[in-house]
Amino acid sequence: MRVAVPVFPGSNCDHDALHACGTVMGWDTVPVWHQEARLPENTDLVFIPGGFSYGDYLRCGAIAALAPIMADVKRHADNGGLVMGVCNGFQILCEAQLLPGALLRNESLRFIHTDVHLRVERADLPFTRAMKAGEVFRVPIAHAEGNFTLEPADLADLEARGGVALRYCSAKGEIGADHVPNGAMNGIAGIVNLKGNVLGMMPHPERAVDPKLGPTGGLGMFRSLEAVFARV
Amino acid sequence: MKVRVSVQLKPGILDPQGKAVEQGLHGFAFEVEHVRIGRLIEMDIPGSDPAEVKAKAQAMCDKLLVNPVMEKASIEVL
Repeated sequence: MRVAVPVFPGSNCDHDALHACGTVMGWDTVPVWHQEARLPENTDLVFIPGGFSYGDYLRCGAIAALAPIMADVKRHADNGGLVMGVCNGFQILCEAQLLPGALLRNESLRFIHTDVHLRVERADLPFTRAMKAGEVFRVPIAHAEGNFTLEPADLADLEARGGVALRYCSAKGEIGADHVPNGAMNGIAGIVNLKGNVLGMMPHPERAVDPKLGPTGGLGMFRSLEAVFARV
Repeated sequence: MKVRVSVQLKPGILDPQGKAVEQGLHGFAFEVEHVRIGRLIEMDIPGSDPAEVKAKAQAMCDKLLVNPVMEKASIEVL
């Protein structure tokens, strides 16, 4: 299994992604500079890392969405290849129009760095299939712009088509405004595109996979991906 | 021609920055409400026909300058 991690000026979670995919999971994982025109041959998964690409100029992710490598990421996604964007990676996927919506400033105005609980809304995705629907897992968030927003009609469409993959919840899996850290509409933490091969999420599963570093709540997502590629 | 693009959050989109500034102004006892913060982009676009130049600026808004999910723009050719 080969993973490409696009690196933009200002990415700062690229090494978390490389560590999780490469060192912890043992996948063939390579960083790819944003100026490259092509992903490595036979890339299975593109993992777009968090950070502050291009200093968050204009809008978070707006400039990174135009980087040369993103054209090939789009081609990869159009061909059914897997793409996962975390934090700034989610913002980049929205700006690149690979996913709907936008991430606004947190309702509290503050940068939030804490652990959250997520409920699996879709357990049939390549990113979640080792977990069960309704399962709750705990991972960190660290962002100032994670307030997921969509026009009301588009939000209804997203919900109706099962586009919500992950939702903020309590430790017991209860949903509600009290458990949403950033004001995201409907408590949305992660979404998928129509085909289910592009996922964006604000929380950081890649920061919760190595028992040497702490809790491993994010492992379920990586085991899911591994299950996909074990069959390839 | 000199063009000024004003990008504002759409009505109904929460503007925490505007809210914070409004609270700051209240701290100075100013009577003020509905403070909204946007972005002003100035540029020179080649051409002499204002309508044509405005159309080019509109295309830039559609491609990059504005995120239609949360923002709207007004274009002024100076």
